[in-house]
Amino acid sequence: MAAERATFRIWRGDAQGGTFQDYPTKVSEGMVVLDAVHQIQAEQANDLAVRWNCKAGKCGSCSAEVNGNPRLMCMTRLNQLDLSVPVTVGPMHAFPLIRDLVTDVSWNFEAKKRIKRFKPRPPDAPDGTWRIAQGDVERVQEFRKCIECFLCQDVCHVLRDHQMFDAFIGPRHLVYAAALEMHPLDTENRIPDLKRAHGVGYCNITKCCTKVCPESITITDNAIIPLKERVIDQLYDPVAMLFRKLRTRD
Amino acid sequence: MPDYQTHEHDVLVIGAGGAGLRAAIEASAAGVSVGLVCKSLLGKAHTVMAEGGIAAALANVDDRDNWKVHFADTMRGGQYVNNWRMAELHAKEAPDRVRELEAWGAVFDRTSDGRILQRNFGGHRYPRLAHVGDRTGLEMIRTLQDHGIHQGIDVHMECTIITLLKDHGRVVGAFGYERERGRFKLFKSKAVVLATGGVGRAYKITSNSWEYTGDGHTLAYDAGAELVDMEFVQFHPTGMIWPPSVRGILVTEAVRGEGGVLRNSEGRRFMFEEIPENYRAQTADNEEEGWRYTQGDKSARRPPELLTRDHVSRCIVREIKAGRGSPHGGVFLDISWIKARIPNGTEHIKKKLPSMYHQFKQLADLDITQEPMEIGPTTHYIMGGVRVDGDTQMSTVPGLFAAGECAAGINGANRLGGNSLSDILVFGKRAGEFAAKFAKSGKSGTIDAQQLEEAARRAIEPFDRGTGGENAYQVQYALQDMMHDLVGIVRTEPEMQRALDGLDALRTRERRVGVGGHREYNSGWHAALDLHSLLTVSEAITRSAIERRESRGGHFREDYPDKDTAFGTLNFVVRKAPDGRMEIVRAPIPGMPQELKNIIEEMK
Ligand SMILES: Cc1cc2nc3c(=O)[nH]c(=O)nc-3n(C[C@H](O)[C@H](O)[C@H](O)COP(=O)(O)OP(=O)(O)OC[C@H]3O[C@@H](n4cnc5c(N)ncnc54)[C@H](O)[C@@H]3O)c2cc1C
Ligand code: SF4
Ligand code: SF4
Ligand code: FES
Repeated sequence: MAAERATFRIWRGDAQGGTFQDYPTKVSEGMVVLDAVHQIQAEQANDLAVRWNCKAGKCGSCSAEVNGNPRLMCMTRLNQLDLSVPVTVGPMHAFPLIRDLVTDVSWNFEAKKRIKRFKPRPPDAPDGTWRIAQGDVERVQEFRKCIECFLCQDVCHVLRDHQMFDAFIGPRHLVYAAALEMHPLDTENRIPDLKRAHGVGYCNITKCCTKVCPESITITDNAIIPLKERVIDQLYDPVAMLFRKLRTRD
Repeated sequence: MPDYQTHEHDVLVIGAGGAGLRAAIEASAAGVSVGLVCKSLLGKAHTVMAEGGIAAALANVDDRDNWKVHFADTMRGGQYVNNWRMAELHAKEAPDRVRELEAWGAVFDRTSDGRILQRNFGGHRYPRLAHVGDRTGLEMIRTLQDHGIHQGIDVHMECTIITLLKDHGRVVGAFGYERERGRFKLFKSKAVVLATGGVGRAYKITSNSWEYTGDGHTLAYDAGAELVDMEFVQFHPTGMIWPPSVRGILVTEAVRGEGGVLRNSEGRRFMFEEIPENYRAQTADNEEEGWRYTQGDKSARRPPELLTRDHVSRCIVREIKAGRGSPHGGVFLDISWIKARIPNGTEHIKKKLPSMYHQFKQLADLDITQEPMEIGPTTHYIMGGVRVDGDTQMSTVPGLFAAGECAAGINGANRLGGNSLSDILVFGKRAGEFAAKFAKSGKSGTIDAQQLEEAARRAIEPFDRGTGGENAYQVQYALQDMMHDLVGIVRTEPEMQRALDGLDALRTRERRVGVGGHREYNSGWHAALDLHSLLTVSEAITRSAIERRESRGGHFREDYPDKDTAFGTLNFVVRKAPDGRMEIVRAPIPGMPQELKNIIEEMK
């Protein structure tokens, strides 16, 4: 792939409106979509708005939709894409647009605050420390890998299509709640909140979130379903009723 | 008068990495109102990228460890020009700061008896780094963030501070812009904590993100505070080098801690060839002993791959220059060889180094459990920064505090891996505590309208020049190329003099930078405003490096290749002279108390 050219069709615009614009640029071995966007920004479109920090899939800043798929731009290599046609790069859909590839994700930070904080059991040892088995740690470590890229929120139809931001905290925060609920030291009970305020019942297990997670967190099977089970165990939740409710809104 | 929004807090913390978050938590726990400002979204600061671990003498894995050993290791690593008081406090307090993270929900890897697990790292005598696989920074920042959001701290995300405001010599606030709408913001406060991180973006090849433009260093310098140790830049020995687009991305030292070895194109472990005198007694002299060390044999000494970063980087440069490099101009780092030594090697590597496995697989099509990686040095960290009081973290300007990478002292001439994550906790907490105290005893100052107007006018000037002006990105690239070539790993006086001329020329170009479009989330404008900081810290690094006519730690002079004891007793301080020029002055290092001297002797 030495010194070829490719065209990137990038969304330019803000809340008022906008269009996709074509930017032809050079591409070389090993490049990722974020490199191409940066090159275009430096050479042709200085004011192009894009978020990034680590360029190594660690910070979750560079979320966008590449050819319609929610992806981290820094982890999407050009050799995975068909460069004979323009590569479209657009902002995440679920959130309000600020400008170009940048969306307003502030709701996520607010939603998180509503989840009850970590509350540990008293320390196990006189020096104020705890003893935890590695096995117990590993279960929650999967959830704690989350880089808050919000791609799962972007793809979840409850948020994306139905915009139910008031009723449903979304997969990211269900993962967060699961990490707390399954934390070996935690003593808080978040189950009633999960049912009511956080709307875990709105998830109908489509697994779209799991498919896009760049950290390969098994969001649905390992986090959401166990939470749903706890809700049923603790509160007898008429899940079927909620599903029906959701369907009538569709 | 420019249009701006006003916010008022007792303490304003600038930066939301580990240091800033920890400072904000401490200050708000002390009962003052706290504002926290950061350039990115919350949780995206550089701290999130840290991989290997947090250094703290918990002695969970090796009970011979204690604060004294950690102190002595830190001083040896820093080649004794550290602020010894900071090194002492850091070694003593780091264990408590780590345990506190656990109490706030962090989930560290465990020992077999259920305590926090610790791993080996360069320059640390015993396994000392508390960690979570190779994503320790993520665990740290998320723990602090999730704890902090329930503390009533006002967070101002995606907001960049461009100037500090003073009244009668004291800092009374800060002025900046928010990215989203491009509007100005005034923050009034009784104390300000700088926690803005490093300067890596001044160099072409770096592990650092766009945020690392030396803003805190520059804000402090412009406000009349002193910087110190700016010649000491850390070039991490192992950055990715291939493919070109990933050049500089970090390969954690934990790879070597887990048994990874460095080889040249002839397949030789070249690190055995040159072991510095002051580390000889602690370093293995054969491969077998080195391997046993990485596997926890307490009678073995560490392999030379785990010598300090400055030394390892220079050995790599030596191999490359001698023509024994890898195909893309680096050397080989091999972890796959350990499969011959341990059962289930492939799984073991994936478990111990998950994000490295992922990173190479996705970005370089390379499976580190099967093949060696190609690596080379990358600009990683700056030891230099705002000169602070070791106990309170206050700078030489009243009301202005600094903590974390943007402050200096603890690391001296070279930082040990893992000592930053502990540094930011220990001194983040202290800065928060003392800033709150300062705020409680002080009153708000008066904001100087003229200072505001001046800052606002300068900030929007690039729009007047429009797209016809210089391109900010190109100026930044030119600076990065120049610093890399002339003030990099190996330095000489003539080259650095050329760099000073180059900086003058770049200043001129900076004044001509133009930006098109409007102020809403305009990346070109942001890049233009970052240039002032980048140029200021580059000048501070260059001038300090010219003055230190010896080689020590991260600072290597080809024209003065040896360490000179005369320079071992002083630091170089950078400050703004009354005529506005940058001046470098020598500051003798205060004498160390006998107790600390004894510790260093004992641990030799
Ligand atoms: C890839 C990588 C791996 C690392 N691994 C380790 C490790 O294993 N162990 C270890 O000890 N260290 C490690 N380090 C070093 C360590 O991560 C950093 O030194 C440390 O995180 C710095 O923390 P900080 O709080 O000082 O700053 P940061 O975390 O960088 O935070 C800086 C903050 O300041 C804000 N800011 C900057 N300028 C402005 C401005 N003008 N206005 C408003 N806000 C501003 C930024 O937005 C950000 O929020 C690593 C570094 C890298 C790059
Ligand atoms: S599985 Fe649930 S949370 Fe995930 S995308 Fe589907 S509905 Fe949304
Ligand atoms: S769960 Fe996965 S997709 Fe969702 S925010 Fe976290 S890392 Fe991103
Ligand atoms: S830039 Fe950090 S995840 Fe892409």
